[in-house]
Amino acid sequence: MQRVTRSAVIDAPIERVWEVLRDFNSHDGWHPAVVDSHIEGGEAPDQVGCVRNFHLRDGVHIREQLIALSDTDHISTYCILDATVPLLRYVATLHLKPVTDGNRTFWHWQSTFDTPPGREAELIEMVGRGVYEAGFEALRRHLRTGGDRRPRPLVPGAPHGGEMIGQAVMLKAFGGTAQLSFDNIPVPAPGPREVRIRQAAAGVNYIDVYIRRGEYRMVKPPAPLGMEAAGVVIDVGAEVHDFLPGDSVAYACGLPGAYATLRTLPADQVVPVPTGIDAETAAAALFKGMTAEYLLHRAHTVRAGETILVHAAAGGVGTFLCQWGKHLGARVIGTVGSDEKARIARDNGCDVPIVSPDYRFADAVKATTQGRGVDVVFDGLGRLAERENYESLASTGHWVSYGHATGALPPLDPGLQSAKSLRVSRPVLFHYTADPVRLRAMAANVFAMLERRVLKVNLRHRYPLSAAAAALDTLESRQTTGSIILFI
Amino acid sequence: MIKVYTSSVIDASADTVWAHIRDFNGLPKWHPAIAESRIEGNWPSDRVGCIRNFHLRDGGNIREQLLTLSDYDYQCTYSILESPMGVDNYIATLKLTPVTDGNRTFAEWSAEFDTPSGQERKLADSIGQGVFQTGFDALKSYFGHR
Repeated sequence: MQRVTRSAVIDAPIERVWEVLRDFNSHDGWHPAVVDSHIEGGEAPDQVGCVRNFHLRDGVHIREQLIALSDTDHISTYCILDATVPLLRYVATLHLKPVTDGNRTFWHWQSTFDTPPGREAELIEMVGRGVYEAGFEALRRHLRTGGDRRPRPLVPGAPHGGEMIGQAVMLKAFGGTAQLSFDNIPVPAPGPREVRIRQAAAGVNYIDVYIRRGEYRMVKPPAPLGMEAAGVVIDVGAEVHDFLPGDSVAYACGLPGAYATLRTLPADQVVPVPTGIDAETAAAALFKGMTAEYLLHRAHTVRAGETILVHAAAGGVGTFLCQWGKHLGARVIGTVGSDEKARIARDNGCDVPIVSPDYRFADAVKATTQGRGVDVVFDGLGRLAERENYESLASTGHWVSYGHATGALPPLDPGLQSAKSLRVSRPVLFHYTADPVRLRAMAANVFAMLERRVLKVNLRHRYPLSAAAAALDTLESRQTTGSIILFI
Repeated sequence: MIKVYTSSVIDASADTVWAHIRDFNGLPKWHPAIAESRIEGNWPSDRVGCIRNFHLRDGGNIREQLLTLSDYDYQCTYSILESPMGVDNYIATLKLTPVTDGNRTFAEWSAEFDTPSGQERKLADSIGQGVFQTGFDALKSYFGHR
């Protein structure tokens, strides 16, 4: 008697692997050696006793009977009834076990059979290499390309995984929203370390305006716009082990191009989205949330009892800094442009909102800190608020300049800096997200804060993707509060 | 009855991993939670029925009896005779299976036991993660990642 045993580890949860393998008639959909298969007599493919009738690519005809199936033990046992190759008394057992360390699957495939004398090596090779090992590789590919998430193809063996056509908001030339067009774009199949995403929502951020105007030269028109989006993975490259088709994902850094229905991009730039968070919330929160995360935890480490100053405290990043800063135990002072925005800032955790439409706030900051000033300024304003920010800082304070809504912040006079022993940082989000491990950790922090309701998204403005120009006009008018997203 | 199941993949052949862990008295050699161990009554450590008497690094003393040992199946089973953990009828199995694709090892460590109600979750975690996964992590780092 011959015995053939082969085993492998598949980078997918056991439920997903078993869903494919428990179907006794699925093999012509994923195994390259099987060209056609049907269950005789119209029986269900999980009916113990059913017979599958199929051909191999080299013309061999085989009838196999399912003799045991266990959904609790993930075991399928079957035998050959007739075959045009001499595999005699062939009984095979396919057994899956969970790899709890990493949520993967161990797949054990074993059979015993007899052969005519002299043909042992040939038939062992055919079963072990041609069926089992080829099957491991084929099932991995099937899962990576989302074969188990697609309806069975009408034409067996129809090609898939090629280029797709999507739509994207394109920037024709730097300038106003009149420079945007909505065009068809080719979306290539993912390369070895890439994933392709069917997008459900894209976030609209002020950086998109800077890029459109040409102030941030991150693209060369014509080019697609948009920094962040969320959606579902369609297919993944051969070297991607942490995502599978069907996974909910988001991204917020990398090259612009998020205002699109489909996107192919490096898996390193993509983060998993927990099941409790929908795509629109993820698309609205990831970029601004990671900005708040790195400002509060990395550029500066906010400690309980510190006093922090947040500008545009009713805006997207501003409300997150208020909510999260308050949660960390800081006293939060915020500047806003109107009484209505002061109310919004207070609702989001701002202890002292200061209404200053002309960026004059230092006196009010001094007054509310008994003349001491604040420990940290998170400065997204830049040039026009330079003097006021300087005056607002306490001795040995930290000036974190991360944006320039009113123009670039000039270099600080060394004499002024030493007069207060100030620390000055000019951090850039993309430097923090460039390391994929740190990017995952930052995104996980943001999603955890959303799940705990420390961070709350006010999804007030939803536009269809094709109306991106109107969404950007709304953002630039500065008359709005709350997040803006494009739904797809 | 509580069941705990932990499994992992070790980057070495099953023969190699088994040679490293089959000694019932060898836990201190590879498991970071175990300080020292001896076999009672001078029995050989691969004789079914022998009792290992060992201390955890945090001081707890445990006596365990070898119930089965199979070099053919790369598997051993043992029970707890005495421990400070608050478990009854504790039987554990450690089993290796070759992964032919890549010459690695699929390692499974499972246990069944009874415990006072209310303690189930805590004990399942401390055994599944604190003992079993910690052991696997030590093996993974000993044999190296790929």
